[in-house]
Amino acid sequence: MRFLERPSRTYQAPDSAGGGEIDSSSSPSGTTAAPTEANETLGSYVRGRIDGIKGGDLGSIPIIVGIILIAIYFQSRNENFLTSGNFVNLVVQAAPYAVIGMGVVFVLLLGEIDLSIGFVSGVGGVIMALLLLPDGNQVSTPVAIAAAISAGVAIGLLQGVLFAKVGIPSFVVTLAGLLGWNGVVLLLIGSRGTVVIQDEFIIGISNNSLSKMGGWLVVEGAVLLYAVLQYLAVRTRAKAGLPNVPVSLILIRIAVLAIAGAIVVSVLNETRGVPYVGVLVIALMLVGTYVTDKTRFGRHVYAVGGNVEASRRAGISIDRIRISVFMISGGMAALGGIILASRLSSVDTGAGGGSILLLSIAAAVIGGTSLFGGRGTVRSAVIGAIVIASIDNGLGLLNVSAGTKYVVTALVLLAAVTVDSLARKGRESSGRA
Amino acid sequence: MSEQPLLELQGVSKTFGAVQALTHVDFKVRPGEVMALVGDNGAGKSTLIKGIAGIHPFDEGQYLFGGESVSVSGPKDSAALGIEVVYQDLALCDNLDVVQNMYLGRELTKLRRLDETTMERKARETLASLAVTTLQSVRQPVASLSGGQRQSVAVAKAVMWNSKLVILDEPTAALGVAQTRQVLDLVKRLGDNGLAVVLISHNLHDIFEVADRITVLRLGQNVAELKTSETTQQLVVEQITAGKLSTVPGQETAA
Repeated sequence: MRFLERPSRTYQAPDSAGGGEIDSSSSPSGTTAAPTEANETLGSYVRGRIDGIKGGDLGSIPIIVGIILIAIYFQSRNENFLTSGNFVNLVVQAAPYAVIGMGVVFVLLLGEIDLSIGFVSGVGGVIMALLLLPDGNQVSTPVAIAAAISAGVAIGLLQGVLFAKVGIPSFVVTLAGLLGWNGVVLLLIGSRGTVVIQDEFIIGISNNSLSKMGGWLVVEGAVLLYAVLQYLAVRTRAKAGLPNVPVSLILIRIAVLAIAGAIVVSVLNETRGVPYVGVLVIALMLVGTYVTDKTRFGRHVYAVGGNVEASRRAGISIDRIRISVFMISGGMAALGGIILASRLSSVDTGAGGGSILLLSIAAAVIGGTSLFGGRGTVRSAVIGAIVIASIDNGLGLLNVSAGTKYVVTALVLLAAVTVDSLARKGRESSGRA
Repeated sequence: MSEQPLLELQGVSKTFGAVQALTHVDFKVRPGEVMALVGDNGAGKSTLIKGIAGIHPFDEGQYLFGGESVSVSGPKDSAALGIEVVYQDLALCDNLDVVQNMYLGRELTKLRRLDETTMERKARETLASLAVTTLQSVRQPVASLSGGQRQSVAVAKAVMWNSKLVILDEPTAALGVAQTRQVLDLVKRLGDNGLAVVLISHNLHDIFEVADRITVLRLGQNVAELKTSETTQQLVVEQITAGKLSTVPGQETAA
């Protein structure tokens, strides 16, 4: 852990390779030597990654190590942990945290916080459930889902405007939201106490699965899509004369994806198959990743999270970005609420309460999204949700108390943030902050 | 170097409340010329470039660009004319890489999808044309660059947009010797490539190395426009400080 020992926090040139400080050859007339990067070989790529890790750019390594350790521990304590049936449960348990967490990642990327997502998910679930109540006035399922998500987006719009236009700190706006939307959940439920969901489609989201063949088709399609996209990216870059990552690395990535996908599907297929909600989470993750990585909007979210003033001078509408991320967060929270309601087949006065808010944010942070803004990925929420659900699920199998569950989850969150903070220090001392 | 000025300001003034920041200042810069703008703190250097950039438009006076009278009332107007400002506190996002920063706010898209390939290729071309060769990779985050490299990226970002006039606000203020060297070479190259450059600096040594002419501001007035080859650092210092105190009676508080 070399990065822990470096005292300096000032910027310095990367000491890893090449890149001399002074351009000694610079002539006034301007030579035309481009920054030359040859195509990397697998060896040089691996060396580069190792340098990066030493410099504090850990990527998803700590979290993958964490998941493996958690799996080994629980399996050694209770052999039911790594069974197919439990694996299906785990996917279903992780889904609401993953979906709500993916929404809040956008807010965290700006270095802001949304404390209202718990009860916004409650509002979404309750609106959906009430609209589907078979009391003669019920609406069709798609309308109920659209109404619930729209309500979440509208809540995000309101909170985003209060934050961006009025200038109230996001913490305070969404703290008010936390209280207010809790009240709205209680008001909507009224004296009913519990609203049972009878809609087959809604219940099926969390409780039904793809056919075995369907599961295989989905995973094969995903691997094929990934391979084609990688091939197209490499070809475009090669055509433009730009350096590429080594082909062998891409092949390794495709192989890893294919093997991992095959293992997951075959384990899930031993019992119920791939739950619909698992497919939904993966689809949302792909869409979210596309938005953050491939669109101007996503680029501007990272920019505003990195340096507001630079973004403003670059002509980015800061207010528009700020309001948009709260709308995404609200909409995804409502969708998460629908998934949660689907799992429980009902909503009650406790909808959106409890640990939903904090575990969803914890999922994003455990997965590697920084609370300081500018750093993070949509997939971090999915990975973090798997960790959180694993702990919850594993401790449940060990029959420990709710108190112990919270304490353990807290320690895992602390461990994740500690890794992030130490890595951040490492990045600073090696000039990668 | 052509004689027709690219930018010419005639008698521009600017007041902020009771403070007269600029009083009938004339200023011009020609294509291919590096014009240094010097003056003590409060002399009006920043106000002048903010006026040129349209951030705080001038109250009165003529603003001529390419020989034609233009109205610049916002940053978009000046950008449309081809004026780019590289600010002292570097408008770069640390968490984004070099290409992402150079295209920030003006990303290229293909079917609404970011066109990374074209952006990367063009960014490389721009960096190459400025002989910025010390970057390890154009895909490394700006945070990992040295001060000189960051400044180079900020300048490259400014010149990429068919800009005709680049204004550099204290580009070497926070840099070490070697990095200053790097940036000064870059400034010279901008001039050699036919751009008009306005360079604000407190460092006369730097100025005498790269500037063709020097405009001296004092207390909101243009007190001298000197050819670098025909003057000395001593003379410029006297112009900045007004030499003897007796030559600025009663104006000590005006700044």
